[in-house]
Amino acid sequence: MSDTVPPRAPRWAIWLPLALFIGFFALVMIGLYRPADRNVASALVGKSMPRFDLPPALPGRPGLDSNVLANGKPHLVNVFASWCVPCRVEAPQLAELAKAGVPIEGISVRDTTENLQGFLEENGDPFQRIGADDDGKVQLALGSSGVPETYVVDGKGKIVYQHIGEIRPEHLGLLLGKLQEAQQ
Amino acid sequence: MKRLLRSPAGLGPVIVCLALAAPAVAQEEQSTAPYAYRQLDDPAKETKAQDLMESLRCLQCQGQSIADSDAPIAGSMRSLVRERIAAGEDPEAIRAWLIERYGDYVSYAPQLTGLTWPLFAVPAFFMLVAFLLLRRRFAGKTEDAK
Repeated sequence: MSDTVPPRAPRWAIWLPLALFIGFFALVMIGLYRPADRNVASALVGKSMPRFDLPPALPGRPGLDSNVLANGKPHLVNVFASWCVPCRVEAPQLAELAKAGVPIEGISVRDTTENLQGFLEENGDPFQRIGADDDGKVQLALGSSGVPETYVVDGKGKIVYQHIGEIRPEHLGLLLGKLQEAQQ
Repeated sequence: MKRLLRSPAGLGPVIVCLALAAPAVAQEEQSTAPYAYRQLDDPAKETKAQDLMESLRCLQCQGQSIADSDAPIAGSMRSLVRERIAAGEDPEAIRAWLIERYGDYVSYAPQLTGLTWPLFAVPAFFMLVAFLLLRRRFAGKTEDAK
């Protein structure tokens, strides 16, 4: 057993562990400085809006039935909540879009009537209809992974674009462009 | 937030924001979905649901499964899973329904696709290499013994 001479590794093999280490280190640094995008986009973009019929979130206001989204005109569907801080940030942009004549439909996720009322009084109400998604089922059906998210839906009820996160002023052009595209 | 955290100078405002945001976040409604925090009455179905929930990713706190996460969206997802299992739906059909909406990322059980095949092929390849190497080595030993 001790007589057998193990086959000698070639000379360059001595560098192999170092090379492996450098490779691994480079991988870690790349991951550290260019982290992957962790937003989970909806896989429904390009497909038709799932069917749903949400009850009104506010008394005296209409709820949101997905049939409305197929009425021939493009819509924005804003998934939001009163407890969501970035939703306050995007309120002025939504107001501007509403002023430009864009129909905005709201889906209020896991919210209460009082909180929602307070939120709209504070931040303005750009919505035509607001559906109450109290248990979050419609949010899941839409493939939405958080609030706020905004979907551009064409006149036939097809989702053509999903905006993840708050709408900042620099996104207005993009969204208006997508809406215009959806109109054709 | 990630971007702000990178520069130490940006930390001050971040801490202020977090302090301000905390009460608002705390007000986030827990999922009112019926089975977010309630098990199914049938233990067999609950076990089935639990197995599936442990292999689904919470979309908000992405390192956790929906069984482990206390995020409201995870509550909604748990309720969805339990309600569908109670209705007799197959767990893999529920997984497929979620993948259809969120992509493969939502599932911790990797599917065999054009992108993931090396995940399955590489270990098999290494096993094969190891087998060949060992066979050569053992074959050498027996020759020496002669």
